[in-house]
Amino acid sequence: MDIFADFFGGMGANLALGFSQAVTLDNLFYCFVGVLLGTAIGVLPGLGPIATIALLLPITFKLDPVSALIMLSGIYYGAQYGGSTTAILINLPGETSSVVTAIDGHQMAKKGKAGLALFTSAVGSFFAGTVATFLIVGFAPVLASAALKFSPADYFSLMVMGFVAAVVLAQGSLLKALAMIVLGLLIAMVGPSESGSPRFTFDNPEFFDGFDFVALSMGIFGIGEIIRNLEDETKREAIKSRFLDLIPTKAELKEMIPPILRGTGIGSALGILPGGGAILGAFAAYSLEKRLSKTPQDFGKGKLAGVAGPESANNAGAQVSFIPMLTLGIPSNPVMALMLGALIIHRIVPGPTLVTDRPELFWGVVSSMWIGNFMLLVLNLPLIGMWVKFLTIPYRLLFPGIVTICCIGVYSVSNNPFDVHTMAACGLIGYVLFKLECEPAPLLLGFVIGRLMEQYFTRAMQLSFGDATVFVREPISASLLLVSAIALVLVLLPAIRKKREEAFAE
Amino acid sequence: MRKWLLAAAGILALGISGASAQNYPTRSITMMIPFAAGGPTDTVGRLIAESMTKNLGQQVIVENAAGAGGTRAPGLVVKATPDGYTILLHHIGMSTAPTLYRKLAYKPLEDFEFVGLVTDAPMSLIARPGLEAKDMKGVLEYIAKTKEKTSYANAGIGSASHLCGMLLQAAVKQQFNTINFSGTGPAMTDILGDRVDLMCDQTTNTTGQIKGGKVKAYGVTTKTRVKSLPDLPPLDQAGLPGFEVAVWHGIYAPKGTPKEVVARLTQALQAALKDPKVISAFAELGTEPVPQDQATGPALQAKLKAEIDKWRPLIQAAGQFAD
Repeated sequence: MDIFADFFGGMGANLALGFSQAVTLDNLFYCFVGVLLGTAIGVLPGLGPIATIALLLPITFKLDPVSALIMLSGIYYGAQYGGSTTAILINLPGETSSVVTAIDGHQMAKKGKAGLALFTSAVGSFFAGTVATFLIVGFAPVLASAALKFSPADYFSLMVMGFVAAVVLAQGSLLKALAMIVLGLLIAMVGPSESGSPRFTFDNPEFFDGFDFVALSMGIFGIGEIIRNLEDETKREAIKSRFLDLIPTKAELKEMIPPILRGTGIGSALGILPGGGAILGAFAAYSLEKRLSKTPQDFGKGKLAGVAGPESANNAGAQVSFIPMLTLGIPSNPVMALMLGALIIHRIVPGPTLVTDRPELFWGVVSSMWIGNFMLLVLNLPLIGMWVKFLTIPYRLLFPGIVTICCIGVYSVSNNPFDVHTMAACGLIGYVLFKLECEPAPLLLGFVIGRLMEQYFTRAMQLSFGDATVFVREPISASLLLVSAIALVLVLLPAIRKKREEAFAE
Repeated sequence: MRKWLLAAAGILALGISGASAQNYPTRSITMMIPFAAGGPTDTVGRLIAESMTKNLGQQVIVENAAGAGGTRAPGLVVKATPDGYTILLHHIGMSTAPTLYRKLAYKPLEDFEFVGLVTDAPMSLIARPGLEAKDMKGVLEYIAKTKEKTSYANAGIGSASHLCGMLLQAAVKQQFNTINFSGTGPAMTDILGDRVDLMCDQTTNTTGQIKGGKVKAYGVTTKTRVKSLPDLPPLDQAGLPGFEVAVWHGIYAPKGTPKEVVARLTQALQAALKDPKVISAFAELGTEPVPQDQATGPALQAKLKAEIDKWRPLIQAAGQFAD
């Protein structure tokens, strides 16, 4: 019992220290600036937290390190909130995670339920953010060392599970979904191989680093969507917006709560893993909701659970991914790497000693996250009305603006014009895929996972000196593979049965 | 038509830059960095850029042009107008790229003007927490026993940790089971997780883990001890005589940049390296500014030439090419 008393007593003192840092006028201001900026860049397609934080780094040199990190973190999770807005309203996911939100969120918007979708996303994100903050407060060091137990073989099997999730993601033809995943994989192959030598680059140095996710996703989804909209004048005007839809009915509230809880759980669990787990959170949550739903055929046609689950998972993952950075000094994504860089410039060496050496920094930032999430909720709910109104702007005025911002956004990712060309080409591809009734979501998932999967496969094989049984010998990996196998059978079974019935009918 | 326009623009630009070389700089300067923001090289670049801004009276803006193993940024700088408003800060990779990349779009020794050396960042040899070796002697025994099953992590082809690994393998005359990661973060994860034996990386990346006692550390790659890690002996004295590698950084301008402009940049660099803020921030990174006589064009040119010659046989012997 004493241990518990110590633990919670210590936690209280830590939180008190944290809030005393976060609730100063200065830091509240920087937190607000951070989340406001984050929302803004999240909403603007393509402009991501990386470019923004890189741009703001020089300013943060002048700030106190606690304020600096509070503001930068605000930008990061603020962008996660904002990113879903464009995904829902104009089918333009700027981040990996909002690809999933776009599937049902945009369908909801087309049905005149944009307000409800945005509300769900904001509330789900807030809840997930709150839970994640408490996870960090209570268990950060424990979780971090648990995450280190994840070996390359385990990560590989996790990615296999992601692939099964991609199959589940598909609405229509299973064959087309598989084709899309493979196409995504093939695109991911372009660039450096694990041994460093380039693949499929045709001696063009632009291909040496492979394709950029943002360019690919904005092209296939966003630009593709614009071409599609321009093709058909009548369909487009069908998008209606009603403010009343913002407030959910009792039935809708009941419908969104379980997915939010499940999404938060999945997102948190995957977000702890520094090696790219957070990416899978939204995909996994979506697949789970579709599996559990009594009406899986409604997914992809504007299902509330298809927004609530992934959005919560996404935000929980974003917050929880601070754990490896703050407790181990390991960045789980490029944004985190940038924040570590900011700390180094403030002459703070990130690493396992950060929590004990600079408690005011650690607890201050963690406390500010909860405050920031609250600010985001307050900030975003009234804005929903404004965003929905945005849809009433005539399309002929809207789309040139969107295209321009997309180009700036994609360019800002790595200041490379080639990414803009990629986006343009992918826009055409996205349009063709739409004509062929192929869904782009599995393609993007294949692209994201393919690269990670190969990396972990190579590493696992190298570490085991070429012994492939490592994937079934390690318990975590073996269980993940087993779960994937079961899930795959469950997905394929109806299709196989149908085939057999057809065969018997003849 | 396009060629003609480009030529005209070039002549125009030359004319302008020639006329304004005396009162350079009159607008902001872009410092290209070949790696992503947040990394060790970016940190060095930003510290120097901030201090050079004070001296030059114009903003020095850092622009990250990561990609192609650090060869994209030099390629862009070579094509920039040589007027001193686009400069490059690059590390040791400038000297290894000509061997690693057989189809490089630029010639490091011929296509640049040299502003000066910035710093020699030390590296340190660390190991997974479960490795039993107590000191470098123990590591050498472990390598002798484990042979090619000794695993070594690096942050990617051409990275500082990759170079140090090649040098280490040559020094102990043993091929390792080298595992390429995509960055220091993922590599460190598998070291901390007790899955990969060794890594030799920039002190910036290792100090936090070493001080936190999460990894084993055996020595530094410089010939003298490093102030931020006083307990670590130089590997040169700990059982690998002659072993020395440092991540040196230099500033370059495109070929044809007027002499006065390059001299002005050198002057600003030298001032930045005397800036107490830079010195103390460098100390935190485990490094220090080069002596003033090294922060000159000729010193950088000589260093680049010597380093190209040093790494070529090592890379060729390892059969490592990035294209």
